[in-house]
Amino acid sequence: MSQKKAFNGKVLFLDRCDINTDEIIPAKYLTEITKEALKPNLLEDLIMDGFDPSKDLHGVRVIITRSNFGCGSSREHAPWALEVNDINLVIAENFARIFRQNMYNCGMIAAELSSEEIDSLFKDFSGEEAELTTDLENNTFTISSKSGKSRTLAFSISGFDRTLVAAGGWVAYADSKY
Amino acid sequence: MGKTIVEKIFDAHLVDSPEEGVHVLNLDRVFCHEITTPIAINDLVSRGMDRVFDQEKIKAVIDHVSPAKDSKTAEQGKIMREWAKRQDIKDFFDIGQNGVCHAIFPEKGFVRPGFTVIMGDSHTCTHGAFGAFAAGVGTTDLEVGILKGVCSFLTAETIKINVSGSLKNGVYAKDVILSIIAKLGVNGATNKVIEFTGPVINSFNMSERMTLCNMAIEAGGTCGICYPDQTTVDYLWEFIKDDYSSKESALKDYMKWQSDEDAVYAQEIDFEVSTLEPVSTFGYKPDQVKTIRELEGTPVDQVYIGSCTNGRIEDLREAAKVLEGKKIADSVRVVLSPATPAIYKMALKEGLIEIFMDAGVCLTNPTCGACLGMSNGVLAAGEVCASTTNRNFNGRMGKGGMVHLMSPASAAATAISGFICNSSLYKG
Ligand code: SF4
Repeated sequence: MSQKKAFNGKVLFLDRCDINTDEIIPAKYLTEITKEALKPNLLEDLIMDGFDPSKDLHGVRVIITRSNFGCGSSREHAPWALEVNDINLVIAENFARIFRQNMYNCGMIAAELSSEEIDSLFKDFSGEEAELTTDLENNTFTISSKSGKSRTLAFSISGFDRTLVAAGGWVAYADSKY
Repeated sequence: MGKTIVEKIFDAHLVDSPEEGVHVLNLDRVFCHEITTPIAINDLVSRGMDRVFDQEKIKAVIDHVSPAKDSKTAEQGKIMREWAKRQDIKDFFDIGQNGVCHAIFPEKGFVRPGFTVIMGDSHTCTHGAFGAFAAGVGTTDLEVGILKGVCSFLTAETIKINVSGSLKNGVYAKDVILSIIAKLGVNGATNKVIEFTGPVINSFNMSERMTLCNMAIEAGGTCGICYPDQTTVDYLWEFIKDDYSSKESALKDYMKWQSDEDAVYAQEIDFEVSTLEPVSTFGYKPDQVKTIRELEGTPVDQVYIGSCTNGRIEDLREAAKVLEGKKIADSVRVVLSPATPAIYKMALKEGLIEIFMDAGVCLTNPTCGACLGMSNGVLAAGEVCASTTNRNFNGRMGKGGMVHLMSPASAAATAISGFICNSSLYKG
């Protein structure tokens, strides 16, 4: 379930831990049998001061958040809801296991940075318009703001996760291998 | 160096290790339900790979919305039904035979000690109660499981929780697990297995062990697990009696699925239960737990009794003890869904259904329904529900609703008074 994807663009900062899959896509949309149908409902139930999904998601390509993103249900509808909104990269301190695995199985990236790095990104860039570019060859993110701030950070992606992304996802890989 | 039970299960099922720390395991069971499976089926069809690795090892059910509530859920059921027929999946439980997945599959004896189990459902961890490694996965993993009978897992470290002491009256497995989650936090066991051991676990029946393991995921755990013992053998005996000459020989065989004394753990926790009180969650996260006493007086609009956490016969019996001869408060509606048809039948035979109906309870057929806010008891905005389920996320049982997770006895006591209160008050 994956094609080549882009991991660059406008950043949305979500300053909360434990954002769960019900908040990413509420259960009532689980009756959909296409991914596209999830598009308008991404993060619809997320409660966060000042966050309005109908406005704040416009043009977003990357999410930066705190810890345990994607906890709760196993629904792959959560990464799909991101995917159909062209958000293929989430950066957090860490992720819930199933969500993280679903992301890579779909050829998307769930990248982990240290809490200090995440903290400094929030300090320096949240509240401003920021853009991020991913260099998958050198394993770096570069984030820059309208006001001229810029920072490059290294990240790591395991060989296996990289293989999955290159193979076009876990289905294609497993079918050829096992 | 010794091994944990899960390390032993991993060793016994290892197919490939494409990279250090990544374990591709073969699967003994792939469970399917109508919410997460249809997209996997459609994707397999579109790839021209509409096959299954082993129709005996795949078990399927329609449980989340049953009967269908609209055209979309009807379509999901139809996809499942046609697929099960096409792929000759014998153990497919359609309307009339169906129940909540994590209640009906154990009841049919599908899970055995040492098994590997996946399902596109986060509460698959329930089946760890049998000494199996059982993990929830997403649709892509499910799809590969269906097609190839394998799934990849990262190395799972284990947190061992030794549960000791004796439970006071009115305190149940649900109170134990909610208190453990409060201690671990919703992220405390992420990427880890939670091993439940100790005298309290040994004394627990399978239903109580399932309640514990069911909520391992609410602390982020990959799986909850209990060692198989005599209780496990007794429960499974009707399904395994052709495989073993006696219960003793079955037990002896299952004893290989234990952690070694010198196994290495990420963390070991002693959890003493003697001072525990009945508890409930109070916010939108399952680790936000207070005693029922602290929350006493909180008005509720609905009480829900059911689900894979607490919809088994033992749970219904506890609720019935509290409700017997009583009426629910005028301000409250109570929805009760026995988790499987067999449980429903037992409850009928034992007179529990009559107790519920006399009290003013609305009984539904076995289904997930209200637990995930899809049907049969969805909350309106601003409404409060005391529920025996496992998740209190914002919007879980209906947009704008608040869910308080608690034991069936506490939920039943709450139903009578119309506000959260302690069930021990009603024990006389
Ligand atoms: S009863 Fe609730 S938690 Fe259990 S499988 Fe059904 S929806 Fe999930």
